[in-house]
Amino acid sequence: MSNKTGVQIKKKKQRNKIIELGIITTLVIIMAIILPSIIPAFRLRLIGRFLSLAIVALGIDLIWGYTGLLSLGHGIFFALGGYALAMHLNLQIPEGQIPDFFNLYGVKELPWVWQPFYSLPITILALVIVPGIAAGLIGYLVFRNRIKGVYFSILTQAALLVFYNFFNGQQKIINGTNGLKTDSSRIFDLVVSSAGVQRTFYIITVISLVLIYLLCRWLTSGRFGRLLIAIRDDETRVRFSGYDPTGYKVLVFAISGAIAGIAGALYTVQTGIITPSIMEVAFSIEMVIWVAVGGRGTLIGAILGTMLVRLGQTFLSESFPEIWLFFQGALFLIVVTVLPDGIVGWWTSYGWDKLRSLLGLKPSLITYPSLVEDPDVQQERKEMSEQ
Amino acid sequence: MSKILEIEDLTVSFDGFKALNNLNFSMNAGELRVIIGPNGAGKTTFLDVITGKVQPTKGRVLFKGRNIKKIPEFKIARMGIGRKFQTPRVYLNLTVRDNLDLVSNQNKNVLSTLFGRANNNETRTVGGLLETIGLDTKANLSASLLSHGEKQRLEIGMLVAQSPDLLLVDEPAAGLTDEETENVGALLLSLAQSHSIIAIEHDMEFVRQIANDKVTVLHQGALLCEGKMDEVQNDPRVIEVYLGETPD
Ligand SMILES: Nc1ncnc2c1ncn2[C@@H]1O[C@H](COP(=O)(O)OP(=O)(O)OP(=O)(O)O)[C@@H](O)[C@H]1O
Ligand SMILES: [Mg+2]
Repeated sequence: MSNKTGVQIKKKKQRNKIIELGIITTLVIIMAIILPSIIPAFRLRLIGRFLSLAIVALGIDLIWGYTGLLSLGHGIFFALGGYALAMHLNLQIPEGQIPDFFNLYGVKELPWVWQPFYSLPITILALVIVPGIAAGLIGYLVFRNRIKGVYFSILTQAALLVFYNFFNGQQKIINGTNGLKTDSSRIFDLVVSSAGVQRTFYIITVISLVLIYLLCRWLTSGRFGRLLIAIRDDETRVRFSGYDPTGYKVLVFAISGAIAGIAGALYTVQTGIITPSIMEVAFSIEMVIWVAVGGRGTLIGAILGTMLVRLGQTFLSESFPEIWLFFQGALFLIVVTVLPDGIVGWWTSYGWDKLRSLLGLKPSLITYPSLVEDPDVQQERKEMSEQ
Repeated sequence: MSKILEIEDLTVSFDGFKALNNLNFSMNAGELRVIIGPNGAGKTTFLDVITGKVQPTKGRVLFKGRNIKKIPEFKIARMGIGRKFQTPRVYLNLTVRDNLDLVSNQNKNVLSTLFGRANNNETRTVGGLLETIGLDTKANLSASLLSHGEKQRLEIGMLVAQSPDLLLVDEPAAGLTDEETENVGALLLSLAQSHSIIAIEHDMEFVRQIANDKVTVLHQGALLCEGKMDEVQNDPRVIEVYLGETPD
């Protein structure tokens, strides 16, 4: 019996995998091939930005949705990735010169932190690894001391403020409040803001989003993913089962930070500038809202939530700029009170069945214990009929 | 016979209040020991110390001859101590099978959990355990859908999946129906054939069912008496602490 259901479950899983793969492929074709040829460049750039934000939302979902640690400091990692790529682009100037803004502060020599960013491969590595390590270090200090819950959130926000103020103060190194512009820089001898380069960045963003989504799926599907859920639900129990939660939490936070770094880099080149204001508290909180709206612990919800909130914001703020903020507040309140599991959570627990019963299909198992569907009863019935 | 657990002069004080007070205790490998005592006697605290959750103020705990002082909980668990909590604590958002699978994982460090898959051995353990705890038909249900008694059994199964030498079970019969209590009792007795077990319990009926070996009575953080169930039951001191007055 249990063997048989095992096989059935495997088959169903396989079928679901194929369906999912189909959906992803279709979406990629639409987003990466069709969309760029039918919408104007400035819209494409906007969508590219939203997709970058969806990437950081995936990172938030890993650490918050699955592991139960609400980070309010992801702006740090997002900014680190953004600055890394912006520094590389600012160095695409004739030999011997240094970026213009240094003149404002009388800096004559390129600061040492800039040196590695001449190289594109090192930059790409750095925009993943630097935020990853930063997150890993913060995580290690916090988790080792068993700080969790609200205290973790507060600490990440405090770290965000520290970084924010630090970046603002470093005029001689990274142009302080003014930040780094990327639009007029060149890459492979092309202007970054030109349509061709922007489209390339857009396509890279789509691909990165898919790859990172798959990475997150892999991380959350096996034993490792179940352990994250276990840590979220009952960390003490995990400890008494012989696992050390600290290592797991540090790793997930580091991965989440690295993902935010990639998102930050892609966002920056499709925005044209990065300034420390990206580390304002409100922005990091907004990231959390996207995930809450879409549905925690679902991954797809993180992407959906980001796109919905951001597209809604664009639409509403273009048509009615004065009400957007109210709308965002209302949206958040609605989600928290009416859809605590977000859109995807609501859909899987309620909407899907509703739709099926509307279409006259049999509802899938929802209520237990109901006698007809009790596995013990089913088992007995089967044994009876076999006799 | 070798001692699996020895506790010497154990004192635990919380801001001066002694939850355990100069407690001495020892137990042979293979024994099923029942610990009883009124509310607040320090029974749960006793388990907290053995599992490393609380550090002793004074005294020491030897598990298989090794002092467990300052060893973190997860390492003590890996040394071979499994613990069931007073209220059932299973992972509600995972299926019954996955609950057992997580614990049965033989290599619990980060990388092997990330890259490893359940080996045949572990799959077999989980399959066997599902049968032992009588949940094989519900293996693929989410643990949140289990009844209270089923959760208790699942948690006991999780302990065993850890393949520990010593099982600590805190009030496994609390809140169960008579039938479920019987089930859990039978489960403990069958586990006792291959494990050392400390069971904490209030329900005297249940204690009578499982107490074949010694029973230890705790009172106000200290050992009140120890012996066979019928000896203990008739001990005037025990009657006094349970009924609040000296029988004449
Ligand atoms: N962390 C703590 N801080 C302060 N006092 C505590 C702490 N933990 C336990 N105590 C106290 O220690 C005493 C023993 O508690 P314990 O939980 O060990 O009792 P118990 O024998 O398990 O009781 P019960 O049968 O009700 O479960 C109680 O008086 C309790 O209030
Ligand atoms: Mg207790």
